[in-house]
Amino acid sequence: MTTEEITEKLRTIIEPYVEEKELLNDIKPETDLLEDLKINSANLVDIIIDVEMAFDIEIDDDAAERMLKVKDAVSIIQERVEA
Amino acid sequence: MRRCRMSILKNMLMNHRIVVTGMGVVAPNAIGLEDFRKALEEGRSGIRFLPELEALKFGCQVAGQPPLTDELREQYFSPLELKSIQASGIQYGIIAGTQAWEDAGLSIPGKEEEPDWDSGCIFGAGLAGARIMRDSAYLIDEGMTKRLGSTSVPQVMSSGISAHLGGRLGLGNQVTTNASACSTGTESILMAIDRIRMGKAKRILCGACDSSGPYVWAGFDAMRVTNRRSNDEPEKASRPLSASANGFVPGSGAAALVLETYESALERGANIYGEILGGFVNSGGQRSGGTMTAPNTQGIVRCIQGAMKEAEIQAGDIDAISGHLTSTMFDPIEVEHWCKALDRWGADFPYIYSLKSMIGHCLSAAGAIESVAVMLQLQHQFLHPSLNCEDLHPEIVKLIPAGRIPSQTKPAQLSIIAKSSFGFGDVNSCVIFKKIN
Repeated sequence: MTTEEITEKLRTIIEPYVEEKELLNDIKPETDLLEDLKINSANLVDIIIDVEMAFDIEIDDDAAERMLKVKDAVSIIQERVEA
Repeated sequence: MRRCRMSILKNMLMNHRIVVTGMGVVAPNAIGLEDFRKALEEGRSGIRFLPELEALKFGCQVAGQPPLTDELREQYFSPLELKSIQASGIQYGIIAGTQAWEDAGLSIPGKEEEPDWDSGCIFGAGLAGARIMRDSAYLIDEGMTKRLGSTSVPQVMSSGISAHLGGRLGLGNQVTTNASACSTGTESILMAIDRIRMGKAKRILCGACDSSGPYVWAGFDAMRVTNRRSNDEPEKASRPLSASANGFVPGSGAAALVLETYESALERGANIYGEILGGFVNSGGQRSGGTMTAPNTQGIVRCIQGAMKEAEIQAGDIDAISGHLTSTMFDPIEVEHWCKALDRWGADFPYIYSLKSMIGHCLSAAGAIESVAVMLQLQHQFLHPSLNCEDLHPEIVKLIPAGRIPSQTKPAQLSIIAKSSFGFGDVNSCVIFKKIN
């Protein structure tokens, strides 16, 4: 999967967790899930579950803790999808 | 001297008149105040046959479940909230609580504003999270605890409903959940009054909720305390006060009331539905015939008499009684002990009825839903019918004439209605409601 494909799929996964939808219009690799998209930190665990199911991968605790920005999430997913 | 001061202090606090300024309801026969009032006047039954219960081989396959549609859910919840709040009882409670708050004309602070430090929430619940716990258990047993995500705890913790309401409404006073089985809803009203009269809060959102479904109702079905003989006649299944009553029909839902001092209501020009004079809670201690499931009848009499004393009324002031009356063999005993507590017998007895005849026994939510019905009846001066008691129980006929039980909706001059609830654990509660002058 290309970075773009993963980013797009990730966007649809996080969409329900973003209350201010206009924030989704300008997603960049540097976008911070909590700071920029104002996602409730408790929902990070839900996003990780959704990502695991959508990509059929497993994200361990260390990786989960590194999933702060869109680019982190994309690279963590990419590594596992390709593995 | 000390005693004297205490009684002056008590009088000062007790002098706070408590009024109801907002209400909300999610009942098996109607959602929202306007339709609920219509349902009461029509004597509309909310009891239906549920194929799910038949498939699970329940003895009682009829129940009361609020007619909540996806459209209504979307009106109260964002897609994200619907993803994280799936316990039906919590949905009912949030809808009823939000309705009551808006009905009272109260504002909701914005996310960055200060909470309302003077307003709190004492909102009861029973087994609201039962289905969520069941779903979680499967994941846990399969070693997939991680999959529970973030939404399990706020739904299965006892205080799930008050936590959700407190956040939604921005309440900064006490936010808690009470639980006393089928006495819960009525008890929440009395706890709210106490906190306001103690001067610790200006207003409290009180009420209660309970979820629908087999995981809530199964335990009662197993105890054989539900009606197993009327699966083909759902609307006839809940038969309080009748000779053919042989078990309650499980229900579910929520109701909420905003309570505040009369002064506070006047100050902000709020609409006042009615007044709550006071009430009493106690327990029979599971002694002298009282058990986990049966009441010590002395406890009931003391609770009713305690409520009248707190409310500073005489037995003769009571115009009607909204009974606990669940449609079991306990109904005649309840009527007998109302007679004893009030020392009013025969034609002198107040009107008595059971809303459970329309909506079943909504467990923890029962007292709250029934209290909202009481307020509407006082405001609009009518009595709704007590359904399905054409064949009054012979023991009840010995105590009071049939005319004391409204079989049809009727206009009535009502000043004071007493509402009682009794629950497992031998716990009792009784509230005295009054029409506002």
